[in-house]
Amino acid sequence: MALLGDLWGEFWAVLTTLFAAAPYIIGYILIILLMMVIWNGVKRLLTPKHDYSSLKTVTFGDESAVTSNTVASVVSIVLIFVLWGAFTGSKLLPGFMHAPGPFQGEGSFEYTITTPAGDSDTATVSVVVHPTGEDVAAPEVAPGDGIAKNDAIAIPVYRSELLRVDSNDEMGRDEETFITAVDGQAIAPGGSVDVSFGRVAMSDKGTLNIIPATGMQMEPIWLPSPEAVWSRLGDIATVGYRNSTLAEHLGYSLFRVIVGFLLGALVGIPLGYAMGLSNWFRGWFDPIVEFMRPVPPLALIPLVIIWAGIGEVGKIILLFLAALWIMAIAARSGVSGVRISKVHAAYSLGASKWQIMRYVIIPNSLPEIFTGARVAMGVCWGTVVAAELVAAEKGAGMMIMVASKFQSTDIVLMGIILIGIIGFSIDMLMRQAEKWLVPWKGKG
Amino acid sequence: MSGLQIDKLSMRFDLPNGSSVQALKDVSLDLKAGELLSVLGPSGCGKTTLLNIVAGFLAPTAGTITLNGHKVTGPAAERGMVFQQGALFEWMSVRENVGFGPSMKGMPKAEKAKIVDHLLDVVGLQDFKEKAVYELSGGMQQRVALARCLANEPDVILMDEPLGALDALTREKMQGLVLKLWKETGKTIILITHSVEEALLLGERLIVMAPRPGRIHTEYRLPFAEMGVGQDLREVKKHPKFGETREEILGMIWDMEEEIMGRTEDA
Repeated sequence: MALLGDLWGEFWAVLTTLFAAAPYIIGYILIILLMMVIWNGVKRLLTPKHDYSSLKTVTFGDESAVTSNTVASVVSIVLIFVLWGAFTGSKLLPGFMHAPGPFQGEGSFEYTITTPAGDSDTATVSVVVHPTGEDVAAPEVAPGDGIAKNDAIAIPVYRSELLRVDSNDEMGRDEETFITAVDGQAIAPGGSVDVSFGRVAMSDKGTLNIIPATGMQMEPIWLPSPEAVWSRLGDIATVGYRNSTLAEHLGYSLFRVIVGFLLGALVGIPLGYAMGLSNWFRGWFDPIVEFMRPVPPLALIPLVIIWAGIGEVGKIILLFLAALWIMAIAARSGVSGVRISKVHAAYSLGASKWQIMRYVIIPNSLPEIFTGARVAMGVCWGTVVAAELVAAEKGAGMMIMVASKFQSTDIVLMGIILIGIIGFSIDMLMRQAEKWLVPWKGKG
Repeated sequence: MSGLQIDKLSMRFDLPNGSSVQALKDVSLDLKAGELLSVLGPSGCGKTTLLNIVAGFLAPTAGTITLNGHKVTGPAAERGMVFQQGALFEWMSVRENVGFGPSMKGMPKAEKAKIVDHLLDVVGLQDFKEKAVYELSGGMQQRVALARCLANEPDVILMDEPLGALDALTREKMQGLVLKLWKETGKTIILITHSVEEALLLGERLIVMAPRPGRIHTEYRLPFAEMGVGQDLREVKKHPKFGETREEILGMIWDMEEEIMGRTEDA
């Protein structure tokens, strides 16, 4: 019962987050609809098309009338980069498109202290908010007259700083003299006052916490700007990261995938053929294959590390296992899928068993095998990245895992984008190969 | 001894639930070389089983099949088969499909090309030689299937509803082509069909089979195939005897179907 309670708590936390995100999701949907309306307006101004599809009157519910709108695809991708740039203060975007940034520069506020006798005095605190990483000293200020003396402080952007402004005053806490107002507005421990550059809060003990406004942009440590990621790509491509260049990291990952996949196909396809052609082999391997297929390759990582270590052999064994079952099942169903009339026809045309295999069964199973190969390559790519996250000396997954430990979010982002691009390219290549090599797919 | 002898053929197989089906019982038939036989019957009368046994894809439980004096035990190039559809190799061009049999025999390329060219001329597909078979219409695909079968020079051609999937117009044209090929090549042909008209047009001999157990019910010798060779098939159909025989056979099959339905209701 405790478990159910805990799970309910977790579920509620997820729901709360979702509710908090709802306005942004709705905003995004509104942008989509707005763009659609704009595009429909623009389209009306262009020369109307009169192809078969555009002349259909029934389009809602006609699946064949729905094709992917290229304009929408382009706008959606551009929008992602615009939003990314706007919320990271990218220099690629004109300033007016930026979301409000963090406060930077000089500001000041006044604070008032009150003595036990009821006297009060006011002093000015000069605040300089400077970019992270720059070493900026607090400006020199004259102490001024009265019991409260002026102060100065330098704060990096996105940070806040506690400042004992009364430490240089003639009367402080020890003399029962407390800060009672900031910029003329009363303040008490635990409270806060908005000032020109952000907010000033008071801790429980009466110390002022100076919090410059952070705006709506993301700190680079959470989300670096597109150009930062791009320039990091250049660095890593030339200089490298963790003793290996980018090409080495990606090359190793690809090498593992290709070798593991090829070995898997080399064993899996004959295995699938044997299972498709012989009762005995089908009976022998069915339980093994059917059990191993639903085991996620990721679950094998610990065992493979125990048995083969974190080197190339372990990775390749893992990918071999990831590809093996998929390829075996694809080849098996490719063989089982051959129409008996084709086999009969070939026999009555005088073909021998070997000729049936070579000219009927193998070509007939190729489309299925290609489909399996596409799936297997996808799974292998995902598995290699995950395996490298766990333990590796080189590789795309290792690169982003190590970078995340050092909070190099730019490398993490760059790695994720590259992993995505490579995965997508693999799928595209496999599709092209399918088109060239098995044009008869689905035409039987 | 030439020709095809089917002698007391029986086929009985067990079902998973323990009962058994008598698909054929004591079917005997003597076919001379060059005869054209069409086989008609309601579904379940065992006509496809009969064809599969003659082709060698199934072994009968009793009886023998003898072709040109030797016993049939398995599939062989001497007995070519034309299927309803989907038996072409879609990974090969029209030319490669037609040349499949000669290729399997290891025939020299030039000789094979000559045969293929000739047959593509006969079926009128010379212009589609290099096309993939899936680019052709259903009727054209069946022309390829016919040519592929003929390229192998079989003694007997077995046709399992070869025109069944075609539309009425294409079907009529193809019936003419089958007759023409039969006359020109002088092959022995066994043709299974569901269409009474087709069976009458394309059968020099015609057997009507009856179900449960599958057996030969009636046999006819018909003049229409001979007439159809030189004539428009539609003219043949106007022949008074054609209509008469058609009605007779339809009545026969109708009665068989009724009987099956009745029996099912009783059970």
